[in-house]
Amino acid sequence: MAKHGAARDDRRPNVGELRTVRGKSDGVTMSARADALDRLIHERLRLGIVSALAVNDSLSFSDLKKLMKTTDGNLSVHARKLEEAEYITCTKSFEGRMPKTEYRLTPSGRRALERYLDHMEAIIRATRER
Amino acid sequence: MASVRPLHRVPPTEPPALHARAMDNLRFIRDTMEAAGAFTAVSGWGMVAVGVIATVAATIASAQHSVLRSIFVWMAAAVLAPCVMMWAIVRKARRAHVPLLSGPGRKFVLSFSPPMFVGALLTIVLYRAGLVAAIPGMWLLLYGTAVVAGGAFSVRIVPVMGICFMLAGTLAIFTPTSWNDWIMAIAFGGLHIAFGVFIARRHGG
Repeated sequence: MAKHGAARDDRRPNVGELRTVRGKSDGVTMSARADALDRLIHERLRLGIVSALAVNDSLSFSDLKKLMKTTDGNLSVHARKLEEAEYITCTKSFEGRMPKTEYRLTPSGRRALERYLDHMEAIIRATRER
Repeated sequence: MASVRPLHRVPPTEPPALHARAMDNLRFIRDTMEAAGAFTAVSGWGMVAVGVIATVAATIASAQHSVLRSIFVWMAAAVLAPCVMMWAIVRKARRAHVPLLSGPGRKFVLSFSPPMFVGALLTIVLYRAGLVAAIPGMWLLLYGTAVVAGGAFSVRIVPVMGICFMLAGTLAIFTPTSWNDWIMAIAFGGLHIAFGVFIARRHGG
């Protein structure tokens, strides 16, 4: 059950939800905006991963770990969630004898980040207009 | 049946923290991007132009009859080349809509400048001490140091170029003074042109 709950929590917003929020600039409530949030990248570490990859062609697992100041386990769990959502891709290779894991942002991941940025800006704009 | 009225009407407003959290999230994204980003405005074509200036300077310097005169030729090139490079960097940054002095750009400048400043001071010191022949090696070493330090915040090839300059500087210090113009030509001319072409092709100009 707990697993099911977690999966629901991390769901991607459907297009309809986002259109509803964007379509009504005045009438829409802030809670509706919050509901339509992409919860998958709303989580801090995942948002950090996506943001870091947005300004780099690729980043290795160790680069991301240093950047996010997190543990191996935590990073791999969150990276796996982004990978499952096809927001990032993961390539495993060997550099000499050392295994190397590299992450890249997919076009869908970049769009998700752009949507998320639009969303945050919309929330701030709506608050200022009120 | 009487209607039920709530004791306190729930205000139809959202939690006040939402706006602040949105600001905080945007700040977090910007900070992460700045920390993760590389200074990509280093202009490859600017480097090629600097390399051409250095090659011309090397040709003129080699025709001079004294080390001091050839040093003055190089100093003239050292004034012209940064101006050309700055112009190329600003142009590339504007074209790519990359901020110049925030995040990686600021770190690049802060790391690159101190060795260059030290190089300028040591030029005066060595000139006064009559150690003019040591100036080219010192220039190459400190320029290489500056490029390695600044390059830590740029694309990976930039610090590699810095190491090549440091090697050239080491060579210039331990070889006869008559080799200096050649080493300067190969380093400031050849390395800038070779790495510049690579950066321009690989990193968009």
